[in-house]
Amino acid sequence: MLDKNGIAKRIAKELKDGYYVNLGIGIPTLVANYIPHGVSVTLQSENGLLGMGPFPFEGEEDPDLINAGKQTITTLPGSSIFDSALSFGMIRAGKVDLTILGAMEVSENGDIANWKIPGKMVKGMGGAMDLVASAKNIIVAMQHVNKAGESKLLPACTLPLTGTNCVKKIVTELGVFDVLPEGGFKLLERAPGVSVEHIKNSTAGKLIIEGEIPEMAI
Amino acid sequence: MNKVVANAVEAVKDIADGSTLMVGGFGLCGIPENSIAALVKKNVKNLTCISNNAGVDDFGLGLLLQQKQIKKMISSYVGENAEFERQLLSGELEVELIPQGTLATRCMAAGYGMPAIFTPAGVGTEVAIGKEVRNFNGKDYLMEYAFDADFAIIKAWKGDKHGNLIYRSTSRNFNPLMAMGGKITIAEVEELVEPGELDPDQIHTPGIYVHRIFQGKDYEKRIEQRTVRAKG
Repeated sequence: MLDKNGIAKRIAKELKDGYYVNLGIGIPTLVANYIPHGVSVTLQSENGLLGMGPFPFEGEEDPDLINAGKQTITTLPGSSIFDSALSFGMIRAGKVDLTILGAMEVSENGDIANWKIPGKMVKGMGGAMDLVASAKNIIVAMQHVNKAGESKLLPACTLPLTGTNCVKKIVTELGVFDVLPEGGFKLLERAPGVSVEHIKNSTAGKLIIEGEIPEMAI
Repeated sequence: MNKVVANAVEAVKDIADGSTLMVGGFGLCGIPENSIAALVKKNVKNLTCISNNAGVDDFGLGLLLQQKQIKKMISSYVGENAEFERQLLSGELEVELIPQGTLATRCMAAGYGMPAIFTPAGVGTEVAIGKEVRNFNGKDYLMEYAFDADFAIIKAWKGDKHGNLIYRSTSRNFNPLMAMGGKITIAEVEELVEPGELDPDQIHTPGIYVHRIFQGKDYEKRIEQRTVRAKG
């Protein structure tokens, strides 16, 4: 089974040289720590920055320079800064190659819910709806089951949707799944030490298993 | 041409009860601190605020929320404000949550003289309820109207007496879009300079969009999430 860093590390293997990538808050942010050697990616922060650098050294924080999670960050050689409309313009126009974000639920047809729990959480969608509506490739990083032990990979989402038919791939602590265009979660890899049976028991949506499922190499 | 007003109090003096305001900034980054303080002092009520966030409990728009000056917020993310959540759940505050890109582009559309935009954000979600859907090239888009705001209050780094503005780093965010979108735009700047001191090629907001400008003071620039790495 993977921990949060393990999920991030596995997703990092999906990055390709030259990609522009938007990382959501939570596990997706950790992906930046595992970018493979020889792969150069440019991180987009939707508040208006391409080329997000690491956190500043202590004492060098700049209140005018933050990321979409409102954390102090740095720029890199080659960074650029722009306004929020341009930032979502490049997202809407499909210029961002990959969006990695967290989710509360994903359905077997690729719908995603991650912004609202009616009556409980009213924080808002931020940029998530814009991102999922336009991204060419969306990978979801999340725990396979919720705190109550219920599957988050469902036949249909029960929470208010963020977007429809958009998630392409899911990485959880149990495995890697493609969301097929015709519907269904296709199991590609098992996390170390996790059985296919365990994954079956933890997945409420349609699970597709073809042949031997390899254990992931990370 | 001189758009300079003496201070924030002077700049906001005709903002009346019931006005709709665009308020610049992302989180607490690039917010018009002086104008917000002047609105608190003026105690103007029943405001509708279009702003990406709602500040934190004791800073930014949170200061207006504390005094119950805001009737309605139009935002994309309000997660950092407990008082906001309380007023929302108790029904004291009306809230319209909309996608961040939609928010930005509706401001921009107002400044570009375009009545509406089409965006795929929110198609198939509760954001789409009651909105016109149009299909272009096989994909569905929502029609979203340009905002109609009485005032935009924004913050820039440098500005000249003609109202030309330059922003610094990611404090740019929504500020240039709201500057374009307000019927009356009030800009506060860290450094107010004479015409000619700013390079025309570097101007982010042309002065035509700005009606009042003043030299701000005592900027706190509070950091919401101070994240650092160790030296060495």
